[in-house]
Amino acid sequence: MTPGYDLKRVDFIFQTESDWKEILQKSLSRPPAELINELISSELKGRGGAGFPTGLKWKLAADELSPIKYIICNADEGEPGTFKDREILSKVPMKVLTAMAVCGFVIGSLEAYIYLRGEYFFLKPALNKAIQEFQATCHDLNFDFRIKLFMGAGAYICGEETALFESMEGKRGEPRNKPPYPTSFGYLGKPTVINNVETLAHTYTIFKYGAKRFYDLGVQYSRGSKLFSVSGDSPKPGIYELELGMSLLDFVHDFGDGDTKAVQVGGASGFLVPQKRFAETTIGFQGKLTGISLPTGGSMMLFNSSRSMYNVLDNYLEFFREESCGQCTPCRVGCQQLLNGIKAVKRGEKTGQYLDKLLRLTETMQYTAKCGLGQSVANSFSSIVENFREEMIY
Amino acid sequence: MTTKIKIIINDKQIEVAEGSSIVDAAVCAGVIIPTLCFHKDLCVAGNCRVCVVEIAGQKRLSAACATPCEEGMEILTNSLKVRNARKQIIELLLSEHNADCTLCYKNGNCELQKLASDYKIMTQDFIQLAPLRKYQIDHYSPSMIKDDSKCIRCQRCVRTCAEIQGVSALTAAYKGDRMKIATFFEKPMNDVVCTNCGQCINHCPTGALVERNYIEEVWDALANKDKFVIVQTAPAVRVGLGEELGFEPGTRVTGKMVAALKRLGFDAVMDTDFSADLTIMEEGSELLMRLKKVLVDHDPNVKLPLATSCSPAWIKYIEHMYPDYLDHLSTCKSPQQMFGALVKTYYAKHFNLNPENIVSVSIMPCTAKKFEANRPEMHDSGYRDVDYVLTTRELAIMIKQAGIDFLKLDDRSFDQIMGASTGAGVIFGATGGVMEAALRTAYELVTGREVPFENLNIMPVRGMEGVREASILIENPLPDWSFLEGVELKCAVAHGLVNAKSLMDSIVSGESQYHFIEIMACPGGCLGGGGQPIPTNPEIRRKRALAIYAEDQGMPLRKSHQNPEILKIYSEFLTEPLSEVSHHLLHTHYTPRERF
Repeated sequence: MTPGYDLKRVDFIFQTESDWKEILQKSLSRPPAELINELISSELKGRGGAGFPTGLKWKLAADELSPIKYIICNADEGEPGTFKDREILSKVPMKVLTAMAVCGFVIGSLEAYIYLRGEYFFLKPALNKAIQEFQATCHDLNFDFRIKLFMGAGAYICGEETALFESMEGKRGEPRNKPPYPTSFGYLGKPTVINNVETLAHTYTIFKYGAKRFYDLGVQYSRGSKLFSVSGDSPKPGIYELELGMSLLDFVHDFGDGDTKAVQVGGASGFLVPQKRFAETTIGFQGKLTGISLPTGGSMMLFNSSRSMYNVLDNYLEFFREESCGQCTPCRVGCQQLLNGIKAVKRGEKTGQYLDKLLRLTETMQYTAKCGLGQSVANSFSSIVENFREEMIY
Repeated sequence: MTTKIKIIINDKQIEVAEGSSIVDAAVCAGVIIPTLCFHKDLCVAGNCRVCVVEIAGQKRLSAACATPCEEGMEILTNSLKVRNARKQIIELLLSEHNADCTLCYKNGNCELQKLASDYKIMTQDFIQLAPLRKYQIDHYSPSMIKDDSKCIRCQRCVRTCAEIQGVSALTAAYKGDRMKIATFFEKPMNDVVCTNCGQCINHCPTGALVERNYIEEVWDALANKDKFVIVQTAPAVRVGLGEELGFEPGTRVTGKMVAALKRLGFDAVMDTDFSADLTIMEEGSELLMRLKKVLVDHDPNVKLPLATSCSPAWIKYIEHMYPDYLDHLSTCKSPQQMFGALVKTYYAKHFNLNPENIVSVSIMPCTAKKFEANRPEMHDSGYRDVDYVLTTRELAIMIKQAGIDFLKLDDRSFDQIMGASTGAGVIFGATGGVMEAALRTAYELVTGREVPFENLNIMPVRGMEGVREASILIENPLPDWSFLEGVELKCAVAHGLVNAKSLMDSIVSGESQYHFIEIMACPGGCLGGGGQPIPTNPEIRRKRALAIYAEDQGMPLRKSHQNPEILKIYSEFLTEPLSEVSHHLLHTHYTPRERF
């Protein structure tokens, strides 16, 4: 352990949900504007990875005049190395349902959906049962709020919010052009709030304890706690709720196996941080504190010295090549070129300099791809190639 | 009133309507932003990313076609960042594309090739992906060829098939690197709901979708001294062909086209307008006969509305989509097939030719005509009625190959005895034209007077509205038609199969009660057909339509029943409309088909 080591465990999300009726009733009796302000002052940001301020999202949807609005819980948890939402929906589903209903109350919507990842089919019966119980309670409270379960079918891209809408509308899961944004033109063209499972669970905490308890955790720009899915070369993989703003070095001290070479933060679409940069890297959202601050959907993959970073990158790129929707050029063709390119370099068919061309390609992908998928392939590619160039070539 | 907003494009401040896309706004600023997946006929996809531009204050580039302008937006269309990205995207497209340009049918009229040329892509650093795939060319269809190795996944064809035609024979399938444009279960194109309309060909930026061409077959026939090669030319060809050969859209090149065909070596150059006039005689009579059977005899087996049957893509569409409504179709063959059946009978007899030695060629604005000529029913002359169907584009190719300086050709006239026509035949090429021509003749047949429209121009059925309606009140009919006294003849016109669908649905639901409907599969009618010059867009089609109506206006005769050769063929060969000979040669039947 290094001096100054301070990794704070938090226990909000998996705390008992038995008080959900009370929280629901209490929240429904408050003015919607007050609930929005509570969220805004908590500075909660979306926990799916993109980090959009949740309070602002609800406010934008609330300000829309449409008589029909939708709420969607994005449970299409597909990012490699992420498995926290599954746990939330298994352990504390009532928190998520309550948060959805409060959102409905705030923005003026009576119809909500949970878009459940196809591979989480086994959660369906229990979730449906929870929904039934929940709706009965809503009914008793004279709040006719309906929640339906919608099963995904296994495409990673359908976790992208607009592709998710397309999928729900019975179309091919392809991202839409933005603007318009979901809060004004979402599912079926209606104003829609789409939140990650964990984000909703955090709003439950905020409605229960008030914004301050949440805000007091974390650091500037990155308030509150967050669930982390820890996997890879760690003696204790699993799901942990930790305070945001922690240094990666502290994290590795706690979770590493003593031989950690690099950590992939944020899954395949995130960044790889090599050992030499652990100390200067903090885990949080935008706004630099010391060194680099990395946003994350919560996936933390640890790699020790036995791992080939070439294989890691090859694996990610194979994933993206297959999971790109295939719609836009930079992503569809770019992913193929990156994968074929590193293979060719490895086989000696292209020189090491070809990697620079591929790095420029990822820059183009980042600037021009239609959605977050193609834009973020650059993250893992450039961070791996730049830090482990020799492993790519030899 | 639309609100105006101020934006800056490359240092130039302009005012544009709120909500306009950056691509449209750039045009106002005199800037052309390159596009590929964008097409004026279609909804915005924003998937090729060639049109990316830089917006001040934004790190990422935006697709100009899909991004609406906002007040104060500062846009750079040619910054270093934009140029580098755009060039790399073109390189990516080329790396996935089978860029054997010199071996490609679309060589010279390919939007990707033009981009590669504009941006001078001289090296190919990326790994060539096309050879790594096992692409199979689909050449099962008699009308078109689909080559996925040339496809750039812009999905224009997918949007065309869905938005213009409502058919969706082509859709995007699979994802990631395997994503492709496919038919239902990847069946061959001739085995699915495809109507052969060819609109996908007209909207494809590359050579992934092209017509099946019969150019070499026709050259062979022309070179064969034992063969008598007859050619017929459809009405819409004369207002489109010029575009391929150096004229502005909307130029009428009838006389030059005839001259060119003669130079190519055709033994007789004749006019499908003649058989269009003949179609009016047969179909007009069929309409009146059906009206009588319904209104007087109350025959439950006779169906109204009568639907036109000139458009073979519409025929295939109704066979797939409304197989229970085939009785509504006129039994008349299309003008092309009437002509074909007569060439090897009436014409052969008249000139004492052995029909076995006749090669019957047609020049059509249409790819579905290739399918139609191939239908098993179309052998009523005892031979295949039409041997080869060439599109307007294929004719242009032959003219270029023959080294004919089209611009300098003197006008020539069609040959006899199936070359005379009226303005009514010409307007078959525009949406609403068959309806107008039929009304001109039928109304006069019934009342003895001309249709009550100034200059015979029935304006309500003209135009580019997707579905148009018209009605004519029949008063003081001739004694034979007294049962029509006071009947308001209700008509409707639709073009583009998506509009045909809405018209048909209103008929199926009973919401609309028409006597006669005209449906053309392609937008604008045949002048916007799948065999017409590429590119196509609303402006070009509008110009072609003006040319069609100008051609009609300039004809000495403008009613089908006045055509002297029509009078001649009835007196010498067919006796009268709907006669036994007519039924044998000029009428047909239809086949219900599956809906996939």
